[in-house]
Amino acid sequence: MDVPYSGCRMARVDGLTGPFGCTPAVETRALVKWYGAHPALRGVDLCVGRGEILALFGPNGAGKSTLLRILAGLVRPTAGSVQVTGLEVGKNGDGVRRVIGVLAHGHQLYDTLTGRENLLFAATMLGLDRAAERVAEVLTKVGLETAAEGRVKTFSSGMKRRLALAKLMLREPKVMLLDEPFTNLDLQAAKLLEEFLVTSKAAGVTTLLATHDLTLGFTVADRMAVLQQGRVVFDAGRDEVSRESLRSLFSLHGELWGGE
Amino acid sequence: MIFARRVLAIAWKDLVAEWRDRESITAMCFFAFLVLFLFNFALGGDQTLIRGASSGLLWLAFAFTAVLGLARSVQGELANDCLDGLLLYPAEREAIFLGKLCGSFSVILLVELISFPIFSVLYNMDIWSQLPKLLLITVPATLGFATAGTLLSAMTVGLRAREAMLPFLLFPLTIPLILAAVRGTEVVLRGEAFELAMPWLKLMAAFDVLFLVGSLLTFELLIEE
Repeated sequence: MDVPYSGCRMARVDGLTGPFGCTPAVETRALVKWYGAHPALRGVDLCVGRGEILALFGPNGAGKSTLLRILAGLVRPTAGSVQVTGLEVGKNGDGVRRVIGVLAHGHQLYDTLTGRENLLFAATMLGLDRAAERVAEVLTKVGLETAAEGRVKTFSSGMKRRLALAKLMLREPKVMLLDEPFTNLDLQAAKLLEEFLVTSKAAGVTTLLATHDLTLGFTVADRMAVLQQGRVVFDAGRDEVSRESLRSLFSLHGELWGGE
Repeated sequence: MIFARRVLAIAWKDLVAEWRDRESITAMCFFAFLVLFLFNFALGGDQTLIRGASSGLLWLAFAFTAVLGLARSVQGELANDCLDGLLLYPAEREAIFLGKLCGSFSVILLVELISFPIFSVLYNMDIWSQLPKLLLITVPATLGFATAGTLLSAMTVGLRAREAMLPFLLFPLTIPLILAAVRGTEVVLRGEAFELAMPWLKLMAAFDVLFLVGSLLTFELLIEE
C-alpha cells in the first residue's frame, strides 16, 4: 500500500521558512500522556505550519481529543514539549489562550442564558471592544440573528453548534482546534463552517481538525494525519494521498471507521 | 477595568442562571426551613434550651444549606463542558475565582436573609431590632464560608465523589469560622454589648483575609488539571 508515514512531518506551505522548511504554528515533540496506567499519547511529533489545515483522523480512543486538549492547555502532558505560535503551552498558558480558538465536542454554552447573552458573556471574557456589534455580526454570519433571543436550552443540537461556531468566530484566533466540528451540523451550517475554514486559512489561521468524517476531512484539509493508539501512524499532504489509499490504511488498521 | 468586568460578567451569568432556574435557591431555602423546623421540633417547648442553642442551630442550618449552593458553584460548570470553555478564555484565573465567589456569596446571603424571618418565627426571637448587628456577623461569616467553599468546589471538581468530598473537606476547615459566627450571633441575640462580639468578628476577618489570599494564590493550580 502506497501510504507515506513520518513521525514528524513538516508542512510545506509556500513562503514559510524554518529549521525544517516551515514556520510551525503548532509543534509537538515526543508528546506523551498517561491517564493513570492508560497511555493516551505515546510520543507524538507533529508540526503544523501557519495557515495549514491538518485533519486528524483516528478511531475513538486514539488520542485525538487528548492531543487537542493538550494543545489548548487544558491537559498537561506527561512528557514532551508543545508549542503554539512559538509559545510553550505549559509555561505561557495565558499567551496561548489569546491565540487559540477551540470548537470542542461539548458546545460549552450556558443553557439558561440566551444565545446572544452567551456571546456577550464570551465577548466580555475575551475583552472585546464593540461587543454588541461584534456579537450581532457573528450571529448574522451563522444565521441565528432572530433565534438568538431564545435560551440555549430550547435550541436544537444544530443551532447549538452554530452558536458555538459564532463564539469561535468572535475570537479571531491564530490557531483553531476543532474537535468533530461537523457533528450535528445541517448541510447549510456545514457549508458555512467549510467557508469559515477557507477564509481563516487565507488569513493565515492554522487549523487542527479532529474528525471521523473522512470525506469532509479530505475536502477541507491540506494534510492528513492518522492517530492510532496514541501514535501518528500516517501523515501526508492531500496531494500525496488518495482517499482510497487512506481508506485502505483505515481497513489495515482495523476497527477505525465503522460505516465509512 | 477588564479584570473587574470579567469578575462581574461571571457573577452576573451565575446569578441570572440561578434566577431563571431557581434550582439552588429553592432547594436551599427549603432545606434551611427543614433544618430549623426539625431542630425546633427536637428541642420541644423548652424556651430556655431553645434560646441557648438558637445561634448554633441557626449557623448549622446556614452551613448545611450553603454546601448545597457551593456544590454547584464550580461543579455546575461541568455541564456542556462549560468549565473548559471558561478556562479557555484568556482571562486571569483570579477573575474567574472572584466571579464564582461573588455569585455563590450572593446566593448564600440571599438564602440566609430569607431564613431570618423563618428563624424568628420558629424560635420566637425578635431579630429585627438586632438586624444590622446580625448582618455584621452574617456577612463576614458567609464570605469566609463562600471563599473556602468555592476553592474546595474547584479542588474537588475533577473527583468522582466530588459532591461527597465537598462537605467532608469544607466543614473541618471552617470550624473556626462557624464557631466565631455562632459566638458572635449569640452575643447579638442575647442583646449584649456588641463589643463582646468584636473578638469573634476579628477572627472571622482574619479567616476571610487568609482564605481569600490563599484562594487567589492557589486557584489556578487547583482548577487546572
